[in-house]
Amino acid sequence: MASIPVDLQLAHDHGLSTDEYERIVRTLERTPTFEELGVFSVMWSEHCSYKSSRRFLRRLPTTGPAILQGPGENAGIVDIGDGLAAVFKIESHNHPSFIEPYHGAATGVGGILRDVFTMGARPVASLNSLRFGAMTHPRTAQLVKGVVGGIGGYGNSVGVPTVGGEVYFNAGYNGNILVNAFTLGIAPTDRIFRATAAGVGNPVIYVGSRTGRDGIHGASLLASREFDDKSEELRPAVQVGDPFTENILIEACLSLMRQDLIIGIQDMGAAGLTSSSVEMADRGKAGIVLDLDTIPTREAGIPPYELLLSESQERMLIVAKEGCEEAVQDVFATWDLQAVVIGEVTDDGLFRTTWRGEEVVRIPVAALTSQAPAYERPAARPADLTAQQRLDLGALPLPTDYAAVLTTLLTTPNLASKEWVYRQYDFLVGGNTVVRPGSDAAIIRLKASDKGLGISVDCNSRYCALDPYRGAAIAVAESARNLAVSGARPVALSDCLNFGNPEKPEVMWQFVQAIDGMRAACEALEVAVVSGNVSFYNETDGQAIPPTPTVAMVGIMDAVTHHVTQWFKHPGDLIVLLGETHEELGASEYLAAIHHQECGRPPRLDLEREKLLQQVCLRAAQAGLFSSAHDVAEGGLAVALAEACISHPQQTLGARVTLTGDLRPDALLFGESQSRAVVSVRPANWERLKALLRTSGLPFSVLGEVRGTDLEIVGSMKIATAALRQQWQTALAQQLLTVAT
Amino acid sequence: MKWGVVTFPGSNDDRDSVYCLERVLGQEAVPLWHKDQDLHGVEAIVLPGGFSYGDYLRCGAVARFSPVMSSVMAFARAGGPVLGMCNGFQILCESGLLPGALVRNRSLAFICEWVSVRVETTRTRFTARCAAGECLSLPIKHGEGCYVADEATLKALQDNDQVVFRYVNRAGEALESANPNGAVQNIAGVANTGGNVVGLMPHPEHAVEALLGGEDGRKLFTSVFA
Repeated sequence: MASIPVDLQLAHDHGLSTDEYERIVRTLERTPTFEELGVFSVMWSEHCSYKSSRRFLRRLPTTGPAILQGPGENAGIVDIGDGLAAVFKIESHNHPSFIEPYHGAATGVGGILRDVFTMGARPVASLNSLRFGAMTHPRTAQLVKGVVGGIGGYGNSVGVPTVGGEVYFNAGYNGNILVNAFTLGIAPTDRIFRATAAGVGNPVIYVGSRTGRDGIHGASLLASREFDDKSEELRPAVQVGDPFTENILIEACLSLMRQDLIIGIQDMGAAGLTSSSVEMADRGKAGIVLDLDTIPTREAGIPPYELLLSESQERMLIVAKEGCEEAVQDVFATWDLQAVVIGEVTDDGLFRTTWRGEEVVRIPVAALTSQAPAYERPAARPADLTAQQRLDLGALPLPTDYAAVLTTLLTTPNLASKEWVYRQYDFLVGGNTVVRPGSDAAIIRLKASDKGLGISVDCNSRYCALDPYRGAAIAVAESARNLAVSGARPVALSDCLNFGNPEKPEVMWQFVQAIDGMRAACEALEVAVVSGNVSFYNETDGQAIPPTPTVAMVGIMDAVTHHVTQWFKHPGDLIVLLGETHEELGASEYLAAIHHQECGRPPRLDLEREKLLQQVCLRAAQAGLFSSAHDVAEGGLAVALAEACISHPQQTLGARVTLTGDLRPDALLFGESQSRAVVSVRPANWERLKALLRTSGLPFSVLGEVRGTDLEIVGSMKIATAALRQQWQTALAQQLLTVAT
Repeated sequence: MKWGVVTFPGSNDDRDSVYCLERVLGQEAVPLWHKDQDLHGVEAIVLPGGFSYGDYLRCGAVARFSPVMSSVMAFARAGGPVLGMCNGFQILCESGLLPGALVRNRSLAFICEWVSVRVETTRTRFTARCAAGECLSLPIKHGEGCYVADEATLKALQDNDQVVFRYVNRAGEALESANPNGAVQNIAGVANTGGNVVGLMPHPEHAVEALLGGEDGRKLFTSVFA
C-alpha cells in the first residue's frame, strides 16, 4: 500500500497551521509520513496540548497539605484521612453531544469514569453540568432528551450513581450545548496508580474493546474547531459507547490493581492509542514502540493511520512488569476481556510504530508533549462589555404582583425542579447516597469510616458573560458555599473551562479574567485546583458561548451524620438569614425572566465575608444546630425561601417571614447578593446558634418561622406552597413536551 | 445463615446486597460467580439488580442460560429460598421460575425514586415477618419494570395468592396514580406457588439503613432467617 503523500495543504486539512507544519518538518528534519501527520495533528490539537491555555493554568493554586495529586494526571487526588483518597475530575464532551446527543453524552460519562478508575479508585459518584439553548429553540428539547438519556443509559448500566449536577438554559448555547461530566472515586492512599511507562523492555498491553473505525479525529477536528453549517458531517467522529464493557473493565482493572503486576495504566481517551502511549512514555521519560499489526480490531484492513487515531471506547493501555504478561491476561480472561501485548517500553525517547514490518511513525516523544507549541494569544476586553454592564434601576418598573413573579421564576427552566432529569438517573447504586439530587450538595458516605463527602457543581455563566473575573470567583464561592451549608468542609476542585475560540482576543480575555477570578477565590477559601480540562472553540458561525468555567468541588465532613439539607423540617422552627442583602439586580434571573434583560454587573463578592459565612455554617452544622440550610442563589431570597418550603422529597411546609430594609422591594426579594444562606433552627437551639453568630461577627436577621401551608412574605405575597410545589415540579417536563410537539 | 449472592457480568447491586447481608444484617454472604455451578452450600440465594450481560438482548434473557442458573433453578425447585430484585426478578421470569414478564416502563424512561408497596401476602419465605396489608417504603430504579402477564396467569396468581407486592399511594391504595411503570394491577412483586421464590422490582437491599433513607427493606431478609 503506497503511503499518502504529505504536503502543507494536507496539514491544513488536519487543522495544523503553516507555522506548525514547518515546525514538524524542522523537528523531524524531513517530511512527515501520513501517519505522523495524523499523530502531530491530534497531539498538537488544542484539546490535547492546551496550547492556548497552558501558561495561564499555571496561575491556579494546585497544592495543599491534603493534595496528593494535582493537575497533569488522569485525575486529581485528595487525602481524606483513614488511609483513603478521593480521586476526581470533571471533563467536557460538548462537541460530540451537540452532534449526537445520546452517544456524545454517554461516552462523556464513560471517559471520565475511566480517568478515575485508571488511578486505582472505585468510582462512587458521578455528577454533571449541562447547558442547553433557549427552551424555545427548535433543537433544545431533543438535545435535552438525548443528553439525559445518554447519561442515564451509560451511568445506570455501568453501576455508578449519578448523585447531582446542574442544568441551565440560555440562548447563548443554541449552537453549542455543554456536557461536563464529573466522577469521583475512592482509593486506598497506598495503592494509587499513575499513567506512566517506565522500565526498558516492559510490555505494553492493550485491554478492553477492539479497535474500530470510529471517533477518528474527535480531538482535533471535532473538539478543537468551531461549528458551521457542515458540522453535521462530523457525526462519524463521534464514538459509540458500550457501558457493559466498561462495567466489566472497571471490575477487571480494580482486580488487577490488587496484585503487584503493573507499572502504569491509562485510558485510551481523546486521540486514542496515540495520546495514551505518548503521554505514558512522556511521564516515564521513556520511549515506546508499538506493533500495530497486533492490535485487536473489529474488522480486517484498518489502515495504520486509523489504528493510531481511532477513539473507540472502553480501551485501556497498561505497562506491565516484565514477566507478568500471563498473570495480567488471566485477570482479564476471568471477565472475558482480551489483553494483548502490543509493544514495549524503550529508552530511546521515541514514539515508534511499525505496520507490516515497516516503521510508519518515528517521532521524539518530547516533540509531541513538552515541546508542543504553546501560544500567548492576544487578549482584549470586548468593546461592548461596558454597555452591557450598564443597568439603570431607575428605569426598571416595580412589579405589581410579587406572588406572580415568584411563580414565574420557579417555573423558568433554570429554576424549575430538575426532578424530571435526575429521576432518570440511578442515584442509589453503591449504597452510599446520603443526600440525593435536589439539595445544595450531594452527600455520600464512606463505608470504611464515619466520614462523608460533599460534592457540588456550579457556574452562573450569565455572571461570567457580564464579568468573567467576578463570575468565575462566584462559581468557586458558590460551590464552596453549597458544601459548607450542607456541612462539608471544601477542600479541592476540578474545573471545566468552556469558552469560545481562543484565537479571538475577546474570548482569550474572558479566559484569562476567569482564571484570575478563580485563583482569587481559591486562595481566599483555601481550595486547590487538582484536575480539570479546557474546552475551547465552543462557537457556531462565529457566535461564542457565554464563558462557562464550571467548578466541581469536593468537601469533607468528619461525621456524615452531621449533614444538612436545604428543606425546612419542622413547623415552629425559626427562619434566619445569614449575611446581608444589597441592592443588586444586575445579571439576575429576575431581570432576565421578568424584564427580559441580561445586563448589569453580577453581585459583588467579598471573599472575607464569604469565608466567614462558610466557617459559621460549618461550625453550626457540626454542632447540629441547623434544621436546614440553603444557599441563596439565582432568584434571590424569595426563591430560596420557597425552595426551602417545597423541595423536601416527602412534605411541603409553609413559612411566615418579614423582610426589612430600605432596598427596592424587588431587590430585597429577588436580588442575588452573595454570601447569604437561609437556615432554619429549632427554638431549643436558637440561643446557641445566636451566640455562635454574635461571636463570629457575621450579620444575620431573624426572618420568621416555619408554619402553616402558605409562604407569606409580609407585605409582598401569600402563596399556597402545595400549588407552588406542583407547578415547580412539573414545569420542566411540561415545557420539554410542549416544545417537542 | 449462609446466603449466596450471584454476580453476573454487568450486575451492579451484588456488592450492595453483600454489604446489606453481612454488614447490616450480620449474615454470612458468599459471592456466587456466574460461570460456577457450585452453590457452596448456601441456604438462600439473592439474584441482584444490574444489567446482566448488558441486557442488550432482553433483560435477563442471557443470564438465564449462565451455568450458575442451572444450579439456582434446581435449588429453587427443591424449595430453597430465592430472592430476585430488579434485574434478578427479570432473570427469574426469563428462567420460568416466576410467571409473567417485565417490559419497558410506560413512560419509556428509566425511573429512580422511592415508592410505597403494600404487602399482599405473608405466606412467602420473604414476607413471613411482614403484616398483611403493611406498606413498605422502598426505592425503585429501572427502565423495564412494567410487569405483564396474560389473563389466565393473572387469575392463577390471584387464586394461588402469588401477588406479593403492589404499588400503592401513601394511604395504601393501589391506584393507577401510584403506579410508577404501568405494571398490570400495580404488581411490584410475585412469588412462585411454593412461596420460596420471590421477585420484585423495588430494591429492599437499598432500604436497610436510616442514614440512606429507610429500613423497611430489612423485613424481606429477616423473614428468612429470624
